[in-house]
Amino acid sequence: MKSFFRMSYPYILWISVFIVAPMVMILLYAVTKTGNGTLTFQFTLEHFARFFSDPDFLRVLWTSLRIALITTVFCILVGYPAALFIANLKERAQTLMILLLTLPMWINMLLKTYAWRGILMNFDLESEVKVFIGMVYDFLPYMVIQIHTAISKLDRELLTASYDLGANRWQSFLRVTLPLSVPGIISGITLVFLPAVSSFVIPKMLGGGNYVLIGNLIEKYFLVAGDWNFGSAISLIMALIIIASMYLTKKLDRSAEEA
Amino acid sequence: MERKKGFWHFFTSGYLILVLLFIYLPIVYVVVFSFNESRSMTAFSGFSLKWYESMFNNREMLDSLKYTVLIALIATVTSTVIGTVAAIGLSKARRLIRSVILEINNLPVLNPDIVTAISLMLLFLSLKIRRGIVTLTLAHITFCIPYVILSVLPKLRQLDDNVAEAAMDLGAPPWRALTRVIIPQIYPAIFSGALIAFSMSFDDFVISFFTAGMDVQNISMYVYSMKRFNPSVNALSTLIVVVVTLILILANVVPAIRDRKRKKEEF
Repeated sequence: MKSFFRMSYPYILWISVFIVAPMVMILLYAVTKTGNGTLTFQFTLEHFARFFSDPDFLRVLWTSLRIALITTVFCILVGYPAALFIANLKERAQTLMILLLTLPMWINMLLKTYAWRGILMNFDLESEVKVFIGMVYDFLPYMVIQIHTAISKLDRELLTASYDLGANRWQSFLRVTLPLSVPGIISGITLVFLPAVSSFVIPKMLGGGNYVLIGNLIEKYFLVAGDWNFGSAISLIMALIIIASMYLTKKLDRSAEEA
Repeated sequence: MERKKGFWHFFTSGYLILVLLFIYLPIVYVVVFSFNESRSMTAFSGFSLKWYESMFNNREMLDSLKYTVLIALIATVTSTVIGTVAAIGLSKARRLIRSVILEINNLPVLNPDIVTAISLMLLFLSLKIRRGIVTLTLAHITFCIPYVILSVLPKLRQLDDNVAEAAMDLGAPPWRALTRVIIPQIYPAIFSGALIAFSMSFDDFVISFFTAGMDVQNISMYVYSMKRFNPSVNALSTLIVVVVTLILILANVVPAIRDRKRKKEEF
């Protein structure tokens, strides 16, 4: 059976060239002095210093985090009741609802955002509100599915026990369902917040050019300014923020499970 | 109490219907406005097929559709083959090796798209490879493989190793053990991996945007770069909605019918 391992050689070669090598390049460009598109191998941290000492860049970072955070909060606020109500349906209706929620996920995101641009022309809204509608629209199904999975795994006997002990519907929800569905909320946050930080298409298409997000900044430094080193440093900063928040949510998840 | 229950039922179903309306609003909107007579995006003034006509006369739009489908097909087939073969190999690898490789495998899944995108662009630029349809396809294969592996590998690990070993003990060469014993058992996982790969490739914008260069564009890039509002995009979206719905119905209904037939035959 050991000989079967040889079957993964082409794949290992592929990921070495197309995943490992490119990531190493970002790393190298981020920590070396700017040269005209070539690696200088003169190591420096000046790109990171430049990013963190410029209020404009920090403002961009803050905007990205803020938009991602508000999007996540709205996804939880809208998605939690939806997931809860779906979990209370009959089994067949649950399957149907989840199917109906996932179907539009198969349709191209840019086309859906384009459609929102048309729909939102009918309303006189602030561009920020438009961006949030588009963002919540794109991420809501992920949140609902994660929370629904957690709630439907919940042991029904616990609720029965809670009713038997005299708790009403609302108390049982607060003391039993809500705490036990926290892992679902947390995995929902991972699926919404993390991609939302780097998203720049929806804000650009619905926000009417009012937003410079960290994604736009990276785009600008690579495609317009041609400063690959600084662009690499920005993307490394973003990747690190995402890794850090992933680590934090995992920790939260663990402490939630222990509690 | 009964009346309270009735109200609660009314409230929860109303809420779920509102959520569904929100989710389906853009889809209904593009379908309706694709038949609109005027350019207006806000008022429906009459039925017409002119946006479909203008879509079929729009070379740039049709080319982007053609490239999107072509690249999605190549990326799906290539990533499914490489990914499935690799997953079979990995399922027999030592634990440490497997977990190191899986960490690397998960990088494009966990990384923001834009990081994967610029890392690949840096690779192509520094190797002085002209960005175009080839680099675009290579990039798509790269981000599709991890999803195939993540879909196939868990299934493989549920398999009983003894069956394949028994086949080989009975004289089957490893190749036959693979095609006759292992592949048939993991076929549904391969299929769902391929489906995910196809939709990832079909929908991608960010990675394509950085790896395609100036010569080619897919649908997402076309829509992103459009300067003026063009209602024939509604016609294109409607076409895609119809095709996606058909594919999903086929993917869900065909196995269900097959299952029912098999169950009937068992009786």
